[in-house]
Amino acid sequence: MNAKERLVLVGNGMAGMRTLEELLAIAPDKFDITVFGAEPHGNYNRILLSPVLAGEKSIDQIMINDLNWYAEKGIRLYAGQEVTRINRARRQIHATDGTIAPYDRLLLATGSNPFILPIPGNDLPGVIGFRDIKDVETMLAAAQTGKHAVIIGGGLLGLEAANGLMKQGMQVTVVHVLDTLMERQLDPVAADMLRASLEERGLRFLMGANTAAVLGEERVRAVRFKDGLEIPADLVVMAVGIRPNIELAKQAGIYCERGVVVNDTMQSYDPRVYAVGECVQHRGQCYGLVAPLWEQAKVCANHLARYGIGRYQGSVTSTKLKVTGIDLFSAGDFNGGPGCEEIVLRDPARGVYKKLVVKENRVQGAVLYGDTVDGTWYFQLLREGTDIGAFRETVLFGHAHMADSGRDGFSVMTMTDDAEICGCNGVCKGAIVKAIAEKKLFTVDEVRAHTKASASCGSCTGLVEQILAATVGTFDKTPKEKALCQCTEHSHDQVRKTIREQRLTSLRAVFDFMEWKTPDGCHSCRPAINYYLISTWPDEAQDDQQSRFVNERVHANIQKDGTYSVVPRMWGGLTNPKELRAIADVADKFKIPTVKVTGGQRIDLLGVKKEDLPKVWADLNAAGMVSGHAYGKSLRTVKTCVGSDWCRFGTQDSTGLGVKLEKMTWGSWTPHKFKMAVSGCPRNCAEATIKDFGVVCVESGYEIHVGGNGGIKIRGTDLLCKCATEEEVKEYCCAFMQIYREEGRYLERTAPWIERVGLSYVKARIVEDEENRKALYARFLDSQKYAQIDPWAERASGRVDAHEFQPLRQVG
Amino acid sequence: MYDWHEIGALDDIPRLGSRVVNTPHGDVAIFRTADDQVFALRDRCPHKGGPLSQGIVHGHRITCPLHNWVLELESGQAVAPDVGCATRYPTRLEDGRLWLGLNNVVSLPSASREAA
Ligand SMILES: Cc1cc2nc3c(=O)[nH]c(=O)nc-3n(C[C@H](O)[C@H](O)[C@H](O)COP(=O)(O)OP(=O)(O)OC[C@H]3O[C@@H](n4cnc5c(N)ncnc54)[C@H](O)[C@@H]3O)c2cc1C
Ligand code: HEM
Ligand code: SF4
Ligand code: FES
Repeated sequence: MNAKERLVLVGNGMAGMRTLEELLAIAPDKFDITVFGAEPHGNYNRILLSPVLAGEKSIDQIMINDLNWYAEKGIRLYAGQEVTRINRARRQIHATDGTIAPYDRLLLATGSNPFILPIPGNDLPGVIGFRDIKDVETMLAAAQTGKHAVIIGGGLLGLEAANGLMKQGMQVTVVHVLDTLMERQLDPVAADMLRASLEERGLRFLMGANTAAVLGEERVRAVRFKDGLEIPADLVVMAVGIRPNIELAKQAGIYCERGVVVNDTMQSYDPRVYAVGECVQHRGQCYGLVAPLWEQAKVCANHLARYGIGRYQGSVTSTKLKVTGIDLFSAGDFNGGPGCEEIVLRDPARGVYKKLVVKENRVQGAVLYGDTVDGTWYFQLLREGTDIGAFRETVLFGHAHMADSGRDGFSVMTMTDDAEICGCNGVCKGAIVKAIAEKKLFTVDEVRAHTKASASCGSCTGLVEQILAATVGTFDKTPKEKALCQCTEHSHDQVRKTIREQRLTSLRAVFDFMEWKTPDGCHSCRPAINYYLISTWPDEAQDDQQSRFVNERVHANIQKDGTYSVVPRMWGGLTNPKELRAIADVADKFKIPTVKVTGGQRIDLLGVKKEDLPKVWADLNAAGMVSGHAYGKSLRTVKTCVGSDWCRFGTQDSTGLGVKLEKMTWGSWTPHKFKMAVSGCPRNCAEATIKDFGVVCVESGYEIHVGGNGGIKIRGTDLLCKCATEEEVKEYCCAFMQIYREEGRYLERTAPWIERVGLSYVKARIVEDEENRKALYARFLDSQKYAQIDPWAERASGRVDAHEFQPLRQVG
Repeated sequence: MYDWHEIGALDDIPRLGSRVVNTPHGDVAIFRTADDQVFALRDRCPHKGGPLSQGIVHGHRITCPLHNWVLELESGQAVAPDVGCATRYPTRLEDGRLWLGLNNVVSLPSASREAA
């Protein structure tokens, strides 16, 4: 007797196999698995059939799992066997060769069929759809012998088929019933641009044409239209749409409408039967792209494994045309409606057209032609509902323009193979493309895992997404709210909300209440949750040292050789002979190899041995210095210029104000590092406009600037407001830090946070709403009561975490 | 064959934490998991030599502090897709005392043998 439950998958295609892969990853031994596939192959990447047809890829290159893979995983594969009947009463399925397989759970992933127009001659040899390897083989054979191809249907699939056949040397005519191409993805302007450029490449179009019949005796010979026109054809490809393949389910009495109807857990009306992919109808929607299937697969696997978490809530999709040399991107609602506005950029000379449909400053849809580099970015703005008010005027110039202007017309696919994409891990474009092709990668997470590209600072994620999109032809779509990490389905915001609403005050409580999948989290979620706990409940939550990254645990920065750096605080960049002497003495006494002035106006002692840290701190403490938190997701420095005390331009005491701000805010923990600066006049020598919080003094008071950062992507600050007095500046400073502490996601700096929520939101909460500002200010000061304890003094005393700094034992 | 050395008490190591033992083989990191199991690996990440003892322990795994490689505590093997292995040493817990087994094939300088 086999004790495992039996899972039978019908349909060896993209959605079904993805579900199995997800399932094997989380519950490898739960099921005894059998797969039936009508096609005589392993599992392949259907969307790459277009490049195969165009001669840009081989069949081998698009296989995802070959037959060996199934054997290795202990999966029984019946390739080339169609399932003809489901006996739900006995829980068995029957296949064409008479095989009968019993199941405890059945997964239907039968995909869809090309819709074949109900016209005379539609069954003649030489009339096909464009769906599988067999169709591609038929087309390639026809291209050897025949001359004329007619593609019926001017949608995504039809145009990709047309392009491929043209590349194979055929004369191709595309017949479309409407006047514009790809009407489901494009507005008329973009459609006309597309048509013009395809015509230039040699495709012919018959627009507004109604096909009446396919003519021929042994084989197709010609196509006739309603108006009597006849054109010659050796091959006819019908690409007029797809129909979910539900015959099997219907016969078995499983409830179907257009597709097999499923709920948010991908379960059909028969609880033992699940369904995923194009054969499915979910909340009234059927999908014809892979991105939604990935999300369905994840949810379905999760429920098959009985984890019972995760719901599929429908997808917003985006599309790209995979015709080499033509860049086209479309997403969301691109025609607009009541209350919508259009932002349009047209540059006929460059062949570029970009349109965003916007409602109340949130992107609803996008059409890009000629320059699709920013497709990913617009799609992200759309999915996350980002307020684009602050950069509306420049949004169509693209993300690169916002990030660092001057890289016009930049496209990742024009980069050479040895161009470095991920600077952190030194990964070049060629390596990424190679890994995607060889390892059959589909998602950014997979690319990250295999190549380490975008695994560190993440700023190249957009580029990696573009490479992935250009290489496999589609985007991985992360679910609308990204899970915090692989230990959970919950997002950052959900975790924090639950911590607040349920009054959770420990990591254990969060893991239990939110049903974490791992016993004690991982290196990604533990530091995040720990931060949410201590920032939400400063007086109650215990700071969990084992959930802190080493730097924050030992209060120094680990260096690449395992030694540490020590940066004492120098308030507002001021120091004095006594402090300098103490630093010099410490450097001598502990043989510290490097002493450096940092960009944050203080002194860094580099190369300190771990055992020496407490002694170094004790000596610095003795001279009145405390930790500079140069290692933490916390307040770093307050940079200042000399200001009115000395400078002939100075308007206010910028140094003095900087010292006050630093004394008030030091010790606070923030989602990511937090830097400040105060400049004494608009010459801005302290570079206040690239800080998280910057003050620029003017004759009449103080300008408050927020959300700037240096780093890989420079972002200048936004002007928040003007203040008249230092007291006001202090209030705004704390209120701003506190709202970021309460609402920023862990490891999200103020710059991306502001871009996500919108400057107008921040203004509404702290400039216009005085009561709320004062409340934030009060909460900040309250939490500082628990935060302003010098971690160095605690540890130098030997009373706190002594175990961190001493070896357990010496042996041998 | 192993020489066994007493290295301290279980509670000398924080739960989900780690301590270092200096040995003639180099530093060895001793890890304590949430379920109070104890594992020992050479304190050098197979990637670029990061000190594993400074990483984050989760489940029966350790994440290296330098570039986030994840290693299995039981085998020392890196979790896919990374490939590599940190030397593993046996540990024993007896009457609340921890013991670490060091391979005695390595030739020790005689002075330190006496110290052991
Ligand atoms: C040429 C082409 C280009 C595409 N380009 C893109 C693109 O760029 N981007 C994008 O997002 N999407 C694209 N798509 C769509 C994408 O390929 C599909 O959305 C996806 O493959 C659907 O997955 P599925 O598992 O639901 O169906 P399929 O992948 O079709 O798998 C269904 C499988 O079930 C088998 N089957 C059916 N009935 C039975 C039965 N009774 N017994 C046994 N086996 C059965 C079928 O033979 C088939 O192998 C493209 C599709 C095509 C054809
Ligand atoms: C995203 C990329 C960046 C990373 C990962 C980073 C990381 C670090 C680290 C680890 C330190 C501490 C060094 C040590 O003492 O061991 C540091 C210090 C510092 N960095 Fe960066 N940094 C980045 C970008 C920047 C940029 C762009 C600037 C300037 C515009 C900057 C300014 C500083 C300053 C001034 C210090 C000294 C801080 C202090 O005195 O406390 N950093 N940075
Ligand atoms: S910012 Fe203005 S006040 Fe400050 S040092 Fe520069 S010129 Fe002087
Ligand atoms: S040294 Fe451990 S991950 Fe790089």
